Amino acid sequence: MSARTLTIDGKQISAEKGASVLQAATEAGIKIPTLCHLEGVYDVGACRLCLVEVKGINKLLPACTTRVAEGIEVTTNSERLNKYRRMTLELLFAERNHVCAVCVANGHCELQSLAYGLGLDHVRYDYIFPRWEVDDTHRLFGMDHNRCILCTRCVRSCWHIEGAGTKNVAGRGAKSKIITDLNQKWGDSESCTECGKCVMSCPTGALFKKGSAVGESERDRTKLEFIVNAREKKQWNA
Amino acid sequence: MQIEDLNAIAEKHIGSRKKIIVRTCMSAGCMSSRADAIKKNLETAVKEQGLDAEVEVRRVGCMGFCGQGPLVGIDGVKEKEILFEHIKPEDANAIIASLKGVESNLEIGDPDHPFFAKQTKIVRANGGIIDPEKIEDYIAIGGYEALHNALTEMQPAQVVEEVTKSGLRGRGGAGFPTGLKWGTVAKSPGAKKYIICNGDEGDPGAFMDRSVLESDPHLVLEGMAIAAYAVGADQGFLYVRAEYPLAISRLQIAIKQAKALGLLGAGIFETPFNFNVDIRIGAGAFVCGEETALMMSVEGKRGTPRPRPPFPAESGLFGCPTLINNVESFANITAIIKKGGDWYASIGTEKSKGTKVFALTGKINNTGLIEVPMGIPLRQIVEEMGGGAPDGRKIKSVQTGGPSGGCIPAEFLDTPVDFESLAKLGSIMGSGGMVVMDDTTNMVEIAKFYMEFCKDESCGKCIPCRAGTAQMENLLNKIIARQATQRDLAKLEELCDMVKNTSLCGLGQTAPNPVLSTLKYFRNEYEELLQPDKFGPAATATK
Ligand SMILES: Cc1cc2nc3c(=O)[nH]c(=O)nc-3n(C[C@H](O)[C@H](O)[C@H](O)COP(=O)(O)O)c2cc1C
Ligand code: SF4
Ligand code: SF4
Ligand code: SF4
Ligand code: FES
Repeated sequence: MSARTLTIDGKQISAEKGASVLQAATEAGIKIPTLCHLEGVYDVGACRLCLVEVKGINKLLPACTTRVAEGIEVTTNSERLNKYRRMTLELLFAERNHVCAVCVANGHCELQSLAYGLGLDHVRYDYIFPRWEVDDTHRLFGMDHNRCILCTRCVRSCWHIEGAGTKNVAGRGAKSKIITDLNQKWGDSESCTECGKCVMSCPTGALFKKGSAVGESERDRTKLEFIVNAREKKQWNA
Repeated sequence: MQIEDLNAIAEKHIGSRKKIIVRTCMSAGCMSSRADAIKKNLETAVKEQGLDAEVEVRRVGCMGFCGQGPLVGIDGVKEKEILFEHIKPEDANAIIASLKGVESNLEIGDPDHPFFAKQTKIVRANGGIIDPEKIEDYIAIGGYEALHNALTEMQPAQVVEEVTKSGLRGRGGAGFPTGLKWGTVAKSPGAKKYIICNGDEGDPGAFMDRSVLESDPHLVLEGMAIAAYAVGADQGFLYVRAEYPLAISRLQIAIKQAKALGLLGAGIFETPFNFNVDIRIGAGAFVCGEETALMMSVEGKRGTPRPRPPFPAESGLFGCPTLINNVESFANITAIIKKGGDWYASIGTEKSKGTKVFALTGKINNTGLIEVPMGIPLRQIVEEMGGGAPDGRKIKSVQTGGPSGGCIPAEFLDTPVDFESLAKLGSIMGSGGMVVMDDTTNMVEIAKFYMEFCKDESCGKCIPCRAGTAQMENLLNKIIARQATQRDLAKLEELCDMVKNTSLCGLGQTAPNPVLSTLKYFRNEYEELLQPDKFGPAATATK
């Protein structure tokens, strides 16, 4: 495959044609904040954390869905971008009920670590405190909608890696909700294979293994990547 | 079907017409005021008064003056049409008797009223004239001739060239040059290409596209067929919201009739060109008007936008190159093909050509649909055609572009209505909603109304729009409740900037516009509602 040469944060790098700006940056050791991106499933450009500046284009572009092109000059780290990233996280914290101190994912939550990383120490918006339920009807797993950030990583894993198509999104706007099958209780789902891939995909404590204490909930996300590689590239050893 | 057959249909149909034509508006607006009963009673009255031989009662589409409806127009009695306004079913006898010279005290409209006189009709030329459920009516006024000309006398590239020359820009809101879009799709590699007509029309208060679909469905079908020929597509989809049942049923009738005559289907006008159209019914989400969400919906998926590029012209419906245009954009095509791009470009301003249909509503005397040449001063629309605000009040502002647009204050009423001038004022042309506000209107409330709309209609996919509109609405509510401070206003402005620049699709990117434009021109109305900041510098100083 032919290569493309581009600059990211002043660094000259080359990337394969068709690679995303995010892939190119990651390979060059440049870290761009992400939330909805998950290695192994296709990208949707939804969380907007990975927005970057491209010289000559007045719109900000998501690094995860933007393809590399010859000669582009990308900035991933500017005062403006980081301000928008902090605001995005503030909006998320105010949107549902993220009480970190009592969360199964405390210490392993991507939302939490992004907030630390970006120096977010308080939220300036009014907390909305919506009422969301916890679905603990499944034998092995649970879902706490209060901690869901609607990244749809679980939905994409469930459809495109497991192929079960159990998880989906229903509703609009702030009322959007991750559902199982036709908005049934997870425990009643006939399509769920109990594979646990959705739980592995979740960046927060919204999806959890039952009975897991805080320390146990570190997820093995490289496993998802392995499954995808195995299927698509026929590489069976990790 | 050949051109001779088409002409024969036209001649036969014209020959069968009666001397006097009584046109009854049967569009959704007048139908809601029992227009079907009016038509039935008119037909009975014609029979009872023995006028069968010379009078024909015709179902027609929207005549535009919806605020005065139900409307009944009469041709063939006087030199100009006679227009009866605010008609009730029981008025039918008196209307028919008036044809024989019997005086009535029914309300008669003035055909020279500026509301009509200042219009230039291209898209709505046949609205209120022809029967939308009879293809013969459309053929009799020259329908499907443009398609014949394109197929038999022009190369696809020439069609694109003519549309480019016309200067037509998309009427769905953004004003993208139509010719350029067609050219891109035509050049996109791919054996299979699609055409989509966007009839989602979700702006609150807008009904321009509905009216065109209800009044003149063949005009849109013919425009789509010409577009398909130009870009090399053989399948079209008409996306119409489920809330438009009349438009859907008339389109279904129109497609069936066109197919029966071979004007849609395989080998149209005995050329190798094939084109089929299917209707797709949307569930009424505003976001499904956004082109990528609309295509997801046509594919049977959840209607959420996806990042562009790739643009539909390269990779659209089912991954194929797709041309998507608005209803009104397609409705301009037959006129451009018949009369030429140069003729079209002679109407309007340097960068905005042709006409635009607006739904004129709000605090204004004459409401309804108008089609005006681009560049007409806003003042002529609201003061002369619209007759100003009711009860002698003063006009304060005109809102254009719906939830993506802005409020233009009265001091700019002399602005010409074109894409650039409206954008310069912080609003947009939009799809054609025009809401007039008088001096009793509170602009913060207006901003909140649109923000609430965007919050409710946000698809929820991206964080800035989903959570940002909710916070902006919350801040606006606080301001209105007199519980906000300068800090809150600053937070609102900061969110406007962030949501505009980081949202995934046009819904989020433009959601802050109503706030930004009212802040620009009516900032004092926000500031009057603010409370002193308890934690601000003044408060700390007294500690
Ligand atoms: C939230 C949103 C809603 C939209 N709704 C409509 C609509 O109802 N009708 C329409 O024609 N275009 C709508 N558009 C614009 C379409 O995405 C697209 O640009 C348009 O259909 C292209 O046609 P045109 O070039 O003829 O204007 C909408 C865009 C956004 C962002
Ligand atoms: S456990 Fe597997 S099949 Fe069940 S919902 Fe999660 S990803 Fe889908
Ligand atoms: S449950 Fe987890 S993975 Fe699924 S959308 Fe919510 S936060 Fe994302
Ligand atoms: S901007 Fe709003 S409507 Fe558009 S994708 Fe984001 S959430 Fe959905
Ligand atoms: S990671 Fe790119 S938008 Fe979420």
